[in-house]
Amino acid sequence: MANRIRSLMAGVGLGLGLTLAASLPLAAEETLVVASTTSTEQSGLFSWIIPRFEQASGIKVRIVAVGTGQAIDIGRRGDADVLLVHDREAEEKFVAEGFGTQRKDVMYNDFIFVGPKDDPARLAAAGGAQGAFKAIAASGQGFISRGDKSGTHAAELRLWKAAGIDPKALPGYKETGSGMGPTLNMAAAINAYTLADRATWGAFKNRRELVMVLDGDPALFNPYSVIPVNPARHPHVKARAAQQFSDWLTSDTGREAIASFRADGQQVFFPNSKK
Amino acid sequence: MFPLRVQGLAFRPERQTVLQDLDLDLSGDGISVILGPNGSGKTVLLRLLSGLLAPSAGRIDWNGRDQPNGRLAMVFQHPALLRLSVFRNVEFALAAQGGERAARHARTREVLERVGLAHRLDESARLLSGGERQRLALARAWALRPRMLLLDEPTASLDPSATEAVERIIREIRTDGAKILMTTHNLGQAQRLADDIVFLADGCVQEHVPVRRFFSQPQSPAARAFLQGELPWRIAFDR
Amino acid sequence: MTETLFEALRLVVVVDYQLLAIVALSLRVSLSALAIGVLIGVPVGAAIAVQRFPGRGALIVVLNAMMGLPSVVVGVIVYLLLSRSGPFGEFGLLFSPAAMIFAQTLLVVPLIAAVSRQIVEDAWNDYAPELTLIGVRRWDAVVLLIADCRFSLSLAALAGLGRAMSEVGAVMIVGGNIDGFTRVMTTAIALETSKGNLALSIALGMVLICLILMLNALAYGLRCWALRRVG
Repeated sequence: MANRIRSLMAGVGLGLGLTLAASLPLAAEETLVVASTTSTEQSGLFSWIIPRFEQASGIKVRIVAVGTGQAIDIGRRGDADVLLVHDREAEEKFVAEGFGTQRKDVMYNDFIFVGPKDDPARLAAAGGAQGAFKAIAASGQGFISRGDKSGTHAAELRLWKAAGIDPKALPGYKETGSGMGPTLNMAAAINAYTLADRATWGAFKNRRELVMVLDGDPALFNPYSVIPVNPARHPHVKARAAQQFSDWLTSDTGREAIASFRADGQQVFFPNSKK
Repeated sequence: MFPLRVQGLAFRPERQTVLQDLDLDLSGDGISVILGPNGSGKTVLLRLLSGLLAPSAGRIDWNGRDQPNGRLAMVFQHPALLRLSVFRNVEFALAAQGGERAARHARTREVLERVGLAHRLDESARLLSGGERQRLALARAWALRPRMLLLDEPTASLDPSATEAVERIIREIRTDGAKILMTTHNLGQAQRLADDIVFLADGCVQEHVPVRRFFSQPQSPAARAFLQGELPWRIAFDR
Repeated sequence: MTETLFEALRLVVVVDYQLLAIVALSLRVSLSALAIGVLIGVPVGAAIAVQRFPGRGALIVVLNAMMGLPSVVVGVIVYLLLSRSGPFGEFGLLFSPAAMIFAQTLLVVPLIAAVSRQIVEDAWNDYAPELTLIGVRRWDAVVLLIADCRFSLSLAALAGLGRAMSEVGAVMIVGGNIDGFTRVMTTAIALETSKGNLALSIALGMVLICLILMLNALAYGLRCWALRRVG
């Protein structure tokens, strides 16, 4: 009996050792941790462009998709090698504080207003982003905000401010505190308006009664940048691979890869890196 | 260790009285059987002697000492048989005493042989019949080479042939040099095994006499009533 | 709703390689956490059951309360510990399966220890007088009681497995839900839900539930088989 217990223990121990060994990253393969946004991941852009980069560079990419705020924090803590995010102000601060080496424009997509099919606040006739927010405020219709300090949330707050409205005072304003997808799920569930990025909307399946009600205002422009994390702050980061990633995204090949991506049959990301 | 002298022993947990002013002298030989109605304190007396319970008053004197200076073992009415093999159920008790592994194993095999379980060493103790369990528990106690062995109803709920086997083992353990103090409700068993009878009622020893004398000429009214099969509550009622 | 369910069933039937990899990682992470959790939790629980020391009651209350430890909190704590800017940052374990195993281990150890403590203490209360009289030392009693209660203790392990397999908060934060590397069943479900892909979410959910069911059936079968042999 004692022997049987002992051999059982040995078996468990051995299994454990093997599991742990298998969990350690393989030294031979170079891996790059990219902290990015839910919109780029959930739209399917990464599944389209990352295999192309991996093939060209031989570098294995691991995407951690979170809100822009958290992505920048991950970079600040040194837990990622490179960021691909969309919040100009926060990005510039990140670089100015020495956490990032260099910010480069990569692409943009745009934000769109999504809302009930019958458009009770008449956003389609509002003429632009400011008019749309004023119409929502005036009509008292529901509006779902990300409320998660993401790039989309930051853009939304800037637009409310530009329209001269304090959204927290509106009765129909609700913050989900979560990603674009859950926010769209909630808007679909209670048939409310929300501000979404075109890419996530393009790939979103659970639309119910929601349609896109307004787009095209230049104020809704949503630019993405790539920033390698500064090895001077975090010596362990894979600076060379990160730079390679940044260079590739802004190269002709990278631009083509981004431009050829389709969500729901539409182009949703437009490369805008400087040649 | 012997003579064992108990004086004025009392046990009163939480206002009720189980034993009061109990006196008992035991020599180091033979089999003493404690008889008495249910609730007379037989099991409590064994637990007080084993040291598992502390007396409320009185003293237990092991030939001038507070503690027995030889090994004391006890087999409970429902022995704790672990969900382990028959062999391990004896061996762990020896392991608790220390000593060499080879010697422990040899002793384990020896006692299991003597209780007739040698062919079932690797079986689970939980699969044994009632009689086999009791034999295993006796083997475990025996393995420790006790100078005194306390047995609490060793054959309760066993059939006649299993009872016979257990009685044979008890005699062998006595022959091996252990003083045995046991309780039972089986008067036939008391007559077969006992050298002397300790009759307990009303929380104290009513009689302590050789076995023949107890069954032929019981002295106390309580013992007479007990032997005539009168209900124990009558005894309490008559008090 | 019915449409979603049919689509989900179709997706379950069409098992693809990617799904298998996710299932395999879920099993690897949760079973590793469980193995470590049992190796730590059972002896700790059994020791608390048998030993008497000051503050024991308070420790039991804390342990029982920690059965409900929020997985997100554990996730954040492990995140801060393993982050490059944290105390164990130099090992670079954040966003890896090892980090997920670590976080889930922290979740299951208190659960397994608390359940084991109760099971072993019940057995100890039955056996204590006899084992004490035989002269078994407390630490040896711990070992004997673990062996004695091994079948009941398998329940503690199953509870731990259920907790590990079903939690999403901790693995999401410390694993990062990286496609092909740290994506497990629960984080995949969370992702598909946020993509509005409810059919796929439900399909994955059914696979996860079946998986937990199968592991439990396996454990139950083993237990019955062993009980017949051991009693």
